[in-house]
Amino acid sequence: MAAGTGRRWGLRVGHFGVVGLFTLFTAFPFYWMLVTTFKRTSDLLKRGNNPFVYNEAPTLENLRVLFQETLYVRWLVNTTLVGVAVVVITLILAIPAGYALARLTGRWGEQLGIGIFLTYLVPPTLLFIPMSRVIGDLGLQDSLWSLVLVYPSFTIPFCTWLLMGFFKAIPRDLEEAAMIDGLSRFGAFVKVVIPISVAGILTVVIFSFTLVMQEFVYALTFISSVRQMTVSVGVPTFLVHGDVYFWGSLMAGSFIASVPIAILYNFFVDRFIAGFTVGAIK
Amino acid sequence: MATLERDLRAPAAGRRFGFVLDRPEWLGPLMIAPAVLYIVAIVGLPFLLALYYSVSDISMGRRTLGFVGLKNFISVVPTSKFQTSLQNTFVFAIVSQVLVIILANILALALLKEFRGKWVVRLLLLLPWVAPISLGTIGWLWILDSIYSVINWTLEAFGLITADGWPMYLGKPYLAMGSVITVHVWRLLPLATVIILAGLTSIPKDIHDAAQVDGASFWRHHFQITVPLIRPILLVALLFGLVFAFTDMVVIFVLTRGGPYDTTQVLASLAFFTGIQGGDLAEGAAIAIFLFPLLLAVAFVFLRIARRSEVT
Amino acid sequence: MATVETRDVRKHFGDVHAVDGVNLTTKEGEFLVLLGPSGCGKTTLLRMIAGLEDPTGGEILIGGQVVNDLPPRARKIAMVFQSYALYPHMRVFDNIAFPLRAQGVPRAEIPHKVEWAAGLFGIEKLLHRKPRELSGGERQRVALARAVVREPAVFLLDEPLSNLDAKLRASARDELQQFQRRIGTTTIYVTHDQVEAMGLGDRIAVMQGGKVRQIGTPQEVYDEPADTFVAGFLGSPPMNLLEIPDCLVGFRPEHFLPKEAHESPDGLLALKFHISRIEYLGADRLLYGALEGKFPDTKVISKLASTVSTPVQPGKTQDFAVREKDFRFFDRETGLRTRPRPV
Repeated sequence: MAAGTGRRWGLRVGHFGVVGLFTLFTAFPFYWMLVTTFKRTSDLLKRGNNPFVYNEAPTLENLRVLFQETLYVRWLVNTTLVGVAVVVITLILAIPAGYALARLTGRWGEQLGIGIFLTYLVPPTLLFIPMSRVIGDLGLQDSLWSLVLVYPSFTIPFCTWLLMGFFKAIPRDLEEAAMIDGLSRFGAFVKVVIPISVAGILTVVIFSFTLVMQEFVYALTFISSVRQMTVSVGVPTFLVHGDVYFWGSLMAGSFIASVPIAILYNFFVDRFIAGFTVGAIK
Repeated sequence: MATLERDLRAPAAGRRFGFVLDRPEWLGPLMIAPAVLYIVAIVGLPFLLALYYSVSDISMGRRTLGFVGLKNFISVVPTSKFQTSLQNTFVFAIVSQVLVIILANILALALLKEFRGKWVVRLLLLLPWVAPISLGTIGWLWILDSIYSVINWTLEAFGLITADGWPMYLGKPYLAMGSVITVHVWRLLPLATVIILAGLTSIPKDIHDAAQVDGASFWRHHFQITVPLIRPILLVALLFGLVFAFTDMVVIFVLTRGGPYDTTQVLASLAFFTGIQGGDLAEGAAIAIFLFPLLLAVAFVFLRIARRSEVT
Repeated sequence: MATVETRDVRKHFGDVHAVDGVNLTTKEGEFLVLLGPSGCGKTTLLRMIAGLEDPTGGEILIGGQVVNDLPPRARKIAMVFQSYALYPHMRVFDNIAFPLRAQGVPRAEIPHKVEWAAGLFGIEKLLHRKPRELSGGERQRVALARAVVREPAVFLLDEPLSNLDAKLRASARDELQQFQRRIGTTTIYVTHDQVEAMGLGDRIAVMQGGKVRQIGTPQEVYDEPADTFVAGFLGSPPMNLLEIPDCLVGFRPEHFLPKEAHESPDGLLALKFHISRIEYLGADRLLYGALEGKFPDTKVISKLASTVSTPVQPGKTQDFAVREKDFRFFDRETGLRTRPRPV
């Protein structure tokens, strides 16, 4: 009995230790960003100072610099604009496509669905060279429109795939009842299927927006003027210039652009995973 | 309601095209076409262009583009820069994925148990995956800083290193490689963990109960029951990880820019520095093309999984 | 009001002939039941009538008009699904109003009609609820109300009672029949439950393997089965079948009684029955065993009502008998009914 409880306590402590260590590993950089955000530069850049404590009084100076002396706000706005535009394009194209693949196309639709999903795996690093030329020829260099045009290339495949899964899970009976009740097939899709898929569509919105925030390679390639940058490129390229690192502002900028969207994402994570596992689990 | 009424009038008013809204064989292709066309235009065409650029002499400033056969490959492949990058790409992708799969398995098993505050823990564990990778890497840049690294300060505080023996994590070849791998693992661990966790939770509880009744030890249970059952899922996690690790250049761009002395240069970053910053689009494209065989392999394995999961 | 007719209707999925040449004609206002085991094609046939599946061949007529090329909404039908298919995002009122709105019924008439339909099924109080807040029986009523509300020419019902628990099912059956009699709309009802079929149907079409095996009143299909499939499918337990030299002979378990339990000794065929097991079911007893003598080792079942007082015992061989007029004869090759002959 005593050995049993001892063993159970051992397991518990071990479990706690494993989870704790991993959490420390994944979350520490963000904790560190947060700590650094409020440190004075003189505190940061003094060797020998204990970095875990505030050796000098905390300050909001880094945030002031970030918001007033850099284009950070502008980058946030740019990212949001691109994000909204990409989400709209993605929804317009992926919702009908996902529905058609789920319901209207049968066998060849299944193959096509997998084909579309595979294009999600084609990385920007394979395409950015010809793409930069195409963007140049279209006169979209250095314009946010270049990103609006290109980002759906990875949001549409994954979102179509996700939506296909959602639509497949809706009982067919509902659409058939609507068709008997007086709607066309398309009418049933618009009036019945879309309203009951709100949760799925919301997932796609969050997912697309996150992908847009994360994207780096295309933004780095197409955008060269500081005013047109998105957050993910602006912070690491413009706030690190030459040898002068504005660590406080850098960390503030990174933290602010990372954590809120992560919290939002967390609400939907199970649905994304259902998409990632590609029917390998039932 | 207005649309409802319009729907009904449609067959009468626009009899010629109204049938499209009813027939799956018309409606289906019509609804998919826009998405497919977009993808073909934005992924398919550039992909073909990438293939063509790699056998042309295109460069940033020039408008003309002539066919030069394998010249780009012949001039790029033998360089030590390319050889190192190729080797590094494999080292990064494989080492980081082995670590990710092992660690993700352990973590997923730990997360299978219910405990208080799991929601917060999961949020913290997912952060590296959800946060923009370039910004997360900036955090690491500061943590690994040559003069102000918090890791070194801590090690010194515990007396493990001396004040003048601080390692330069990003300045020494092997350490730089290790750092880049660490950040990759950090970044890809969350995705692999949640995928594996989804696999673990999908195993019916009965099977675990049966194994327990049959007297299987923890390890036998894990390696003979659990792992085989989640093998397809493990493969999926591995595939995504491989693709992301193999083709990524963000971590390297932010952390080391390929340095020191190209010891952390990978194909993706080399293609960027050559093609975009160096302006030699043709050679850049030729380098990037080497990412393609891997993608083919991944696509192949992927299709097999998708097909098998259809059968069962 | 309208009749439904199918002319040699077929539906092939690859090599599978789900429906294989069905000819059916309903009568005006009739309650027709399609009965058969799962996979017999009854639901596919119903879905083709509704326009949800395209037939591979043949014609479907509603009210005398070929409707093959009409979409479901143009066929003047209403359908109740097994799952009820209530729109989960709409209140009950909007669910019932949906077909009216979809067909462009003037807005002012809608509340009146919805209330009328709800009143038929006593669900006026539920109109503001969402489907998930309803019990199974309430959902079924809503589904029926939604079907009636636009006064269709034909009702199609796909196992609408199978999601109810046993107790509710009996009362729902009763209501359903009364309601159908009252509005007198031609109804096609799909089920695999023979009790439901016998209780509800004016006529029953027994289907198997994509074909209609027999169509007739409940009495006809039960008492005069057209072939061995119908004989075996209807009745619980099924008809006993014996092999005699040139054909099969069948008799119902409830006709296979102890000799002394028959009213008169005339016209009886005596059989030695070795009882191996007795199941006591309350109103009835089921006797399992095998014949001896003329038909050695042929397994048969007897169903004794509790009013039969003859003592029976497992392990014993007793004298049983069947009236000769209760025998039914089937061709050994085709399974079809043949003329009676001496046993």
